[in-house]
Amino acid sequence: MAEPNDSSAALTPDEQRRLDEGLALVLPHYPEDRKSAAMLPALRLLQSIKGWLPPQGLELVAQRLAVSKERAHEVATFYAMFHTKKPGKYVLDVCTNLSCSLRGAEELLAYLEQKLGLKAGQSSELFTLRETECLASCGTAPCLQVNEDHHESLNRKKLDELLSKLT
Amino acid sequence: MLTPVTTKNWSRPGSHTLEVYRSGGGYQALTKALSMAPVQIVDEVKKSNLRGRGGAGFPTAMKWGFVPKGTGKPIYLCVNADESEPGTFKDRYILENDPHMLLEGIAITAYALDCHRAYVYSRGEFKKPSAILDAAIREAYQAGIFGAKVLGTDYALDVHQVRGAGAYICGEETALLESLEGKKGWPRLKPPFPAVVGLFGSPTVVNNVETLANLPAIIENGADWFAKLGTEKSGGTRLICLSGSVNRPGVYECSMSTTFRELIFDPQLGGGMPEGRRVKAVIPGGSSAPVLTAEELDLPMEFEALKAKQTMAGSGGVIVMDDATCLVRSLWRVARFYAEESCGQCTPCREGTPWQARLLRKIEEGRGEQADLEMLVQVASSIAPYPPIGLGNTICPLGDAAALPVHSFVQKFKLEFQSHIAQRKCPFGDSPWGHFGAFG
Repeated sequence: MAEPNDSSAALTPDEQRRLDEGLALVLPHYPEDRKSAAMLPALRLLQSIKGWLPPQGLELVAQRLAVSKERAHEVATFYAMFHTKKPGKYVLDVCTNLSCSLRGAEELLAYLEQKLGLKAGQSSELFTLRETECLASCGTAPCLQVNEDHHESLNRKKLDELLSKLT
Repeated sequence: MLTPVTTKNWSRPGSHTLEVYRSGGGYQALTKALSMAPVQIVDEVKKSNLRGRGGAGFPTAMKWGFVPKGTGKPIYLCVNADESEPGTFKDRYILENDPHMLLEGIAITAYALDCHRAYVYSRGEFKKPSAILDAAIREAYQAGIFGAKVLGTDYALDVHQVRGAGAYICGEETALLESLEGKKGWPRLKPPFPAVVGLFGSPTVVNNVETLANLPAIIENGADWFAKLGTEKSGGTRLICLSGSVNRPGVYECSMSTTFRELIFDPQLGGGMPEGRRVKAVIPGGSSAPVLTAEELDLPMEFEALKAKQTMAGSGGVIVMDDATCLVRSLWRVARFYAEESCGQCTPCREGTPWQARLLRKIEEGRGEQADLEMLVQVASSIAPYPPIGLGNTICPLGDAAALPVHSFVQKFKLEFQSHIAQRKCPFGDSPWGHFGAFG
C-alpha cells in the first residue's frame, strides 16, 4: 500500500496541468468571490487523476481554491467516496442496507470476503472491500459498486463472471 | 386508469435525448411559461396542490413564497438529486429516463423565481445518471434552451450539475447548501431558512427532482387538471419505489389514492408476494418512516392519510418484509445506517444512533435483557420522542429519522423483540432475511 510519503503521491507537472484545466471548466459556474465552493468538484478531479487524495494533492487544491489545507482535509475525510488512503485498484462497495439484505446482500458480502480473503474494510493491492450504504438500486438488489459502476440484480454466476474480469 | 405524468415518456426509445423529448411536445410548456408573468406561474403551482416529493411533502408554491423580493441579491435554485433515503430510487430513474423533463421543470421554476443560476446537486454514487443529465444539459445549451437567451427571450439561465461524494446528510437541504459551498455537510440552524439566507448567503429554493419534473405538465395542462389527478390536498401522481420481498420490485407511477395492498398485489405493480409468504411489515416512505403492519395495508400512499396514522409518505420508498423476515435484524440494519450517516454535530444523534445499533445487535445475537429493550426506547426518545413525528432534539431531521423506526418497530412488533430475549437467540436462526434473503 502506498503511503503519503511515497514518491507516487506527488503530482507530476502533467497531472498538475490536468487538474488546472479541469478546474478552469468548473470555476465559471460559481460567483467570482466563491471559488472555494468548487471543493467537491476539485477533489473529485484530483481523485480521478491520482486514484486517491494524497496530501500533496490536497495541498495543491487548497492553494488553488485559496483555503487552508486543513479545510481541504476536513472535506476530504467527511465524504465516503473520497479516499485519503490509496485504495486497491478496484474498490468493491457492497450495499447491505435493508432492501439489498432482503435480496441476499449479507450472503453476497460473506461470499466476497471468503473469495477475496478480505474482511469488509480491508484492502489488498487489487481490491478494497467495503460494506456501503444504500446505492439507490433497491429495485434491482443486490447491488455491488465497483469503483463507480453499479452491478445490479447480482447472483453468484454474474458475480463470478464480473470478478474474473477484475485483474 | 392512471394518467401518467412523470413516467409518460419512459417507454419511448431514446427518451433521454432532446430530440425524442421535443417530439413528444417537450419544452412547449417552457415556451408558454416564458409568455406568462412569473406570479402567474406561482399561482398555477399553488392551485395545482403540488407538494414536495423529497420527503417532507411541503406545498411547493408556499416554499417559493418565502423568498423575499427586492433584496438586491441573486436568487438561487438548488435541485436536490442527492437521493439517499434507503428504499428510494425514483429520482435516479427520472435522471436516466427523462432528464429533459427535469430540465424543463428547472427552467420554468427558475423563471418563476427570477433566478438566473440553478445547481443540480446529485449524489456521488450516481455516475451513470449524472452523465446522462450532463449530456442533456449540454444539449439544452446547444439548443438555446439554457444560456444568455432562453428560447430567444431576454431571460438568462445557467444550469450546472455538482456531484456529491457519499454522505446521506447532504440530502438535508441546509447540509446540501453547505456541501455546494464546498464544505462538509453539516446542517445549519434554522431560522434563517434557505429561502431567506441560503446558498452563498442569498435567497435560495431547494426542490426535489420529482417535484420539478411535474412543472411542465402543470403549465401545459393547467393547475386544475393536475390537482384533479390527486386528492384534496395533494395534486398529481407519485412515483413509488417498491423493494424487498415482493415479486416485481421497481418504480411505479401511482395515484395518490393507491393503497399499499394494491401496490403489492396488483399484477401490473408489485405482482404479489412470493409463493407461500405473507406480508409481515411495510416501510411506507423510506427507511425513516414509521413501519406499518399487515393490518394497515389498506391505507392510501398519500401524505395526509399517512400523517394521520403517525407515519409518512416520505420519499415514496416502500420496503416489504415477509413473514420469514426477522424484524429485529431488519431494524438493526436500519439503525446501523443512521449511526453511520450521523454527521456528528448534535450529541443526541451522534451518541444515540450507535447506541441504538449496539443494543439491537445485542438483542439480535441473543444477549439481550428486558432492560436493553427499555433502554433502546429510552435512547430513541432522547434523540426524538414519538408520537407525533417532528419532536427531535437535533438541528436536522436525521435524528427523527433514526429514532422513528426504533419507536415504531418496538411498538408494533414488541413480541418479536421479547421472543429474542426469552429464547436467548434469533428465532430465525441463520436465515433472517425472508424469502429472497439467500444469495444464489
